[in-house]
Amino acid sequence: MNKQMTEVKFDEEGFLINHTDWTEELAKTIADSEEIYDLSQRHFEVIYIIRDEYTLNGEAPTLRRLTKVHGFPTKELYQLFPGGPGKKAAKIAGVKKPHGCI
Amino acid sequence: MKNNTKKVAIICSKGSLDGIYPALILANGARMEGMDALIFFTFFGLEAITKDKIKHIQVATVGNPAMHIPTMLGGLPGMSKLATHMMQKEMDKLDIPHVDEFIEMLDDAGAELYACKLAMDMFHLESEDLIDRVKDVLTVGEFYEKTDDAKIIFT
Repeated sequence: MNKQMTEVKFDEEGFLINHTDWTEELAKTIADSEEIYDLSQRHFEVIYIIRDEYTLNGEAPTLRRLTKVHGFPTKELYQLFPGGPGKKAAKIAGVKKPHGCI
Repeated sequence: MKNNTKKVAIICSKGSLDGIYPALILANGARMEGMDALIFFTFFGLEAITKDKIKHIQVATVGNPAMHIPTMLGGLPGMSKLATHMMQKEMDKLDIPHVDEFIEMLDDAGAELYACKLAMDMFHLESEDLIDRVKDVLTVGEFYEKTDDAKIIFT
């Protein structure tokens, strides 16, 4: 684990406690631990939208909102963040775990 | 929370709005958690994947004590439509998609949708009557083969 990872605090599930600690570098490190390697431009487009929404609304957007409002097809979200896109994308975006059921 | 469940198989046997939604929400929730999900639509549950029925799924107002309206009233023409409309409005507020959009979302999310062969025969339905998102028409035995060691949920 690199120095950066030890300086910031995570909750027991690995979500960043303070979203303002987030950096693109940190995102890459978290993504590695989620077995998502090489974050692409497209990954970051999703990540920045999640961060913007989190700042505005205090919670990560639902997958459906990412699709309906921001135009990321459901299929693509599952491809970009395999194994639970809503949670993984929020984790990599450095925001709290989403609580929606949809 | 540790979750060891890797796959769920959900059997949807009811054709009312309140019968279908739990199956769809459970399957979608499973995919969101990274679990495999498949839904087996049988009996009246087939309405959720039948082309000319999918847009007309309604809440049952008769024989449903949780509606808190007298049975006689619940049976009046238009009552079911009204209750459905009201419930749909509440669901829109919560960003819950309508059945047809929900089914598309599930398929895109990688959930597998199957129809029960016996129920299809019973209702004289052909594959062409089903929406394209349905992966296959299966016998019970074939369905069990697909479930492997999945947890099975009956709604």
